[in-house]
Amino acid sequence: MTSTVASARPGTGSDGVLAPYVRRPGRGGAALRARLTPYAYVSPTVVLMIVLILIPVVTVIYYSVMDNVIVNKHPAFVRFDNYTEVLTSPEFRTAIKNTSFFTGASVVAHLVIGLSFAMLLNTELLGPGVKALFRAIYVLPWLFTVAIIAVVWRLLLNPNGIVNYLLSSTGLSDGDIEWLSDPGKALFAVTFINIWAGYPFFMMSLLAGLQGIPGDLYEAAMVDGASGLRRFVHVTLPQLKPIIVAMVVLDILWTTQQFALIWMTTGGGPLDRTEMLSTYTYKWAFSRYEYSIASASAVVILLLSLVLAVFYVRHQKARD
Amino acid sequence: MTAAVGALLLGGFWSGGPALVEAGGGGSLEFQQWWEPELPDGELRALMDQFQEQSGIDVELLSGPYASTKEQVIAGAATGTIPCVVGLDGAWINELAGFGAIADLSAIMGDAGYDDSQLVSQVQVDGATYMIPVVNFIYPMFTNDDLLEQAGVSDVPSTRSEFADAAAAVTELGENSSGWILPLSLETPNGVQNDVMAWVWASGGLMLTDDGQPDLTNDSVRSAIEYIQGLWDAGVIAPGSFTMKEQDKVEEFTNGRVGMMIDSLAHINLIRENNPDLTFSISAVPAEDDYTGERGIPYASWGIGISENCDNKEDAWQLVEFLMSADVNTTLSSLSFGFPGNTESVPDFVEGDELFQAAFDMYQEVNPTNEFVGLPVAEELMRAFGEELQSLLNGDQSVDEMLEGAQERWMEEF
Repeated sequence: MTSTVASARPGTGSDGVLAPYVRRPGRGGAALRARLTPYAYVSPTVVLMIVLILIPVVTVIYYSVMDNVIVNKHPAFVRFDNYTEVLTSPEFRTAIKNTSFFTGASVVAHLVIGLSFAMLLNTELLGPGVKALFRAIYVLPWLFTVAIIAVVWRLLLNPNGIVNYLLSSTGLSDGDIEWLSDPGKALFAVTFINIWAGYPFFMMSLLAGLQGIPGDLYEAAMVDGASGLRRFVHVTLPQLKPIIVAMVVLDILWTTQQFALIWMTTGGGPLDRTEMLSTYTYKWAFSRYEYSIASASAVVILLLSLVLAVFYVRHQKARD
Repeated sequence: MTAAVGALLLGGFWSGGPALVEAGGGGSLEFQQWWEPELPDGELRALMDQFQEQSGIDVELLSGPYASTKEQVIAGAATGTIPCVVGLDGAWINELAGFGAIADLSAIMGDAGYDDSQLVSQVQVDGATYMIPVVNFIYPMFTNDDLLEQAGVSDVPSTRSEFADAAAAVTELGENSSGWILPLSLETPNGVQNDVMAWVWASGGLMLTDDGQPDLTNDSVRSAIEYIQGLWDAGVIAPGSFTMKEQDKVEEFTNGRVGMMIDSLAHINLIRENNPDLTFSISAVPAEDDYTGERGIPYASWGIGISENCDNKEDAWQLVEFLMSADVNTTLSSLSFGFPGNTESVPDFVEGDELFQAAFDMYQEVNPTNEFVGLPVAEELMRAFGEELQSLLNGDQSVDEMLEGAQERWMEEF
């Protein structure tokens, strides 16, 4: 009986023993090219990431441990003094507190309003024309830039603005509420504006998620006698969970770093009632020209964001 | 945020120094400022073309709004990339000179043999000139004549008591009208300079000592703050002060809801354009009742300077000298409705307009004052003072605590 022993892998002899690899003439260049081609494809992205992200981040980290860079021509290494300055300042604690409220309230409201509107737009009770109309209306806030949102809401919430006019004409108030200037109301007012500006992103993403849920899941639940609430809790929410988690994490990241809206509506005031981490950092850099302390504050924000980013990446990996 | 801050600070490192390249027969200069958007279309460009005809030097205008110009100039100063010629505000000078970003104009003028006696003023740090005011804008008191008349106020207030009475009378008219308007936004805290310190300077008071140190607890400042608190407590100040900006103030006045405001002369045309039916007058800011001395009045300037890193400061100086020449300065101040930086210039608008004539007469009589010019972190000083003032008006502290708090915060910056 004859048998043929086939080579298990390239490079092994007919007896299965590894034979020395012999490079065939003329094939080396092609092999090298084949190995480098993927790197060539990603190199523009890598270069951009290095230039636009890695170098600035490393530079800011370097600045944060130096004695006021840029202003000081010969800055000295001061270890973590700038971090101590930031972390022990009452303004920073206020900024943390305000940012936490602003972010927490915004994200929760974005989710609740976004999900509610998405479900309304996903209903089978309305015709496609009506749904398209409401989809256009609901998504409007998302089409405005932050500058326009700030200007529009400053006008609306002006003491002599339309909101006070409507409230006074309907007898709900005496019409002299200082929404953005009253220290007791300003944080709620800017949070409300941010909620208004941000819910459409949740709405559109969740609507896409809702449209992807198989109808037979709902049919099965109905056959089992599940009420509307139970179908929502046991079918809709579990199906949307991956999207919700991703959206919440991203929204926390974005809202924590919201600067333009706060700066253009209240400038961090009145007093320190709407001071956020972003405005706090900006003031160190561009009002007091303390670039090292601003860098330390920026690095603290980076670290806080990194925690969420790691959570987000791990969640995405788990999904995959 | 980290990447954004870093990218902004790093931005200039790759862009090289201020541009001055040879183009044809002459050089080419970059001139960064916020003036072009505030002037009638094409007027600054026309002046630059005139300069090119005379000197052979081409000027590229880098224009933007005031706020973004400031950010770009500060970021450019940090990275050594400010354009050769740059529009400046007196409040930035201390930092820019400290960065070594702007050139000593005293030396440049000396080298050029320039007679600086024709300049109305120069902004100096440690005895060296770093900025020349090209056009000056004073901040008089604007009064809504109709509202005052309706309120039974026949004469424009010239003392604090008269002002308080007039403000109360206008507020009592109801219909959303207020006697005075006070912008205290912390985003743009220049209300502290223009609307608060105006009361100190109008009565000959100062916020600094003779050697330039903060002196916020002196009687003049205390008196002004107590007066403002009195107006606040009397409810004669328009609502929304704590986040109000200068443009909001002008808008409220233009819409006829405010009896009196302190504002830049530069806004006269804007007010007329937006509300042609509004009748208003301008006058000096009211002083303490028994004050008889010279009145101070806030002013702001379109200043100009030269980058320290400019390759050819001689060409850059030619442009500065051109803008400061009597004829060109007359044109520029006429176009901007400001007062000239050259002693020999008389703007055209003065001759044909009653309000501007009154303003020009006032300019000759009062003492244009702005103690924030040349101070370190001037905007931050205004913001700190504004925060303390907000805290006072909110009932969180007394006048003494407010002034001591502001004094302490200012001392930390000096």
